[in-house]
Amino acid sequence: MTWNPSDDVIAVQRGPEPGGAGGAYRTFAATLRGLRTTFARLFEEPVTIEYPEEKTPVYPRWRGKHKLHRFEDTGLEKCVGCSLCAAACPADCIRVVAAENTPDNQVSAGERYAAVYEINMTRCIFCGYCELACPFDAITMGNDYELADYERTDLIFTKEMLLADHPERTPLRREGE
Amino acid sequence: MIAEVGFAETTLVQVIKVLVIFAFILAVTPIVLLVERKFMGRMQSRYGPNRVGPYGLLQPLADVVKLLSKEHSEPRTAVPWLMAIAPMISVLTAVATLAIVPFGDTREDALFGADYGLYGIDVSIGILFAFAFGSLATYGFMLGGWASGSKYSFLGAMRGAAQLISYEVALALSLLGVVMTAGTLSLTEIVTHQSDLWFVVPQFVGFLIFLVAGFAETARAPFDLPEADAEIVAGYNTEYGGMRFGAFFMAEYMHIIVFGGLCTALFLGGWHGPGPPVLDPLWVIVKMAAIVLLFIWVRTTLPRLRYDQLMSFGWKVLLPLATLNALVTAIAVVAW
Repeated sequence: MTWNPSDDVIAVQRGPEPGGAGGAYRTFAATLRGLRTTFARLFEEPVTIEYPEEKTPVYPRWRGKHKLHRFEDTGLEKCVGCSLCAAACPADCIRVVAAENTPDNQVSAGERYAAVYEINMTRCIFCGYCELACPFDAITMGNDYELADYERTDLIFTKEMLLADHPERTPLRREGE
Repeated sequence: MIAEVGFAETTLVQVIKVLVIFAFILAVTPIVLLVERKFMGRMQSRYGPNRVGPYGLLQPLADVVKLLSKEHSEPRTAVPWLMAIAPMISVLTAVATLAIVPFGDTREDALFGADYGLYGIDVSIGILFAFAFGSLATYGFMLGGWASGSKYSFLGAMRGAAQLISYEVALALSLLGVVMTAGTLSLTEIVTHQSDLWFVVPQFVGFLIFLVAGFAETARAPFDLPEADAEIVAGYNTEYGGMRFGAFFMAEYMHIIVFGGLCTALFLGGWHGPGPPVLDPLWVIVKMAAIVLLFIWVRTTLPRLRYDQLMSFGWKVLLPLATLNALVTAIAVVAW
């Protein structure tokens, strides 16, 4: 019994056999086409993004350097020192030491505040779980990706550094870009 | 002198010529280097060097300073004196060949009270001279690679030797047509023969074979197997560092420039071009530049051949084609 392939069986497209006069002709033609392709590039603008002067724009949801937030009206910190971010962190790079708010020293809006809030950037994998875990949206991921430094100790970001106004260094991708 | 010299000047003029040839090739090589990197960049949709100096113009200078300030090291298995000689051979053979590239006809000039020719030397065996130094250039590769005493160098050297020797045959045969038509081996006389019609037209097949074999002779992409950086690190110059590597590197570009000069003289009409005779050297330089740009263009476009492809292409395609070309030309020369 002969095998009849059904319609959904597609024959493999095969190129012509190599070698011979036809092969030589095709090789020559392909070479000329290649030369034309490279020559055409001469008249186009390079696609290079010249980095230090020009930065690759990122998407709005790009997970870069973390930011800690304050309430805009009262100026109190949103972080209440619950350590949920530290618990969620798979790289174990967040350290939170909580302390009680007192009427004299009201730092955050809740009962407690983060006396120490450190993120070790050498360990952070930028997964964004801290952002998800935070019940008060106190920590979010910014768009900054220029985090290189000379000392490892300089890459342990303290609360002050994370709370500070972040310079907008990274261009955002426009709609549809 | 074994060979007959067509036109000889006084010693003073010849010394000046030697200096001019060296100055010319040493001045042009960095330009070619930069142009290649810029051109390749643009052909690959990038900028190429643009950091050192305006538009990256000082890049070759920076490269040379870097190479000069680098330490030279040798493997324990190396042969130090051969390793030192090899880059010199490469550079010298390239510069020596430039001596026979004519930049213009003999001039009647009162500058030194005697006529002088715009070429290093007009030997009656010009093409043989070029091939002699082309063959010597093989020793640059071979000694460099062998004396380095490392596997990759040795592989590169062996590849280089086999490749250069194979393609030299096709290269020489492709020129037979030109030599038969012109009836001379002297490059200046060949150029004089082209005053009406450049040899590219009647010898187009020969020109193509010469060009393709030239890519192999100068070990340029797609025939850059002696230094195939993806397979054998850097081939014959793997163990070289500092300015010794720089010499090899410059020699590669010098060979391209010289090959451009030979192409110009043999096929592209040499100094012939519109304008007064003062412009003759300019025409030669323009034609050389065109050939050099073609080399760069091809390098950007074509991938490296496999070694067996290289060999079979040389022996099975180029050589029969060159022989056929010589045969047809011979018949044509005898018939007319």
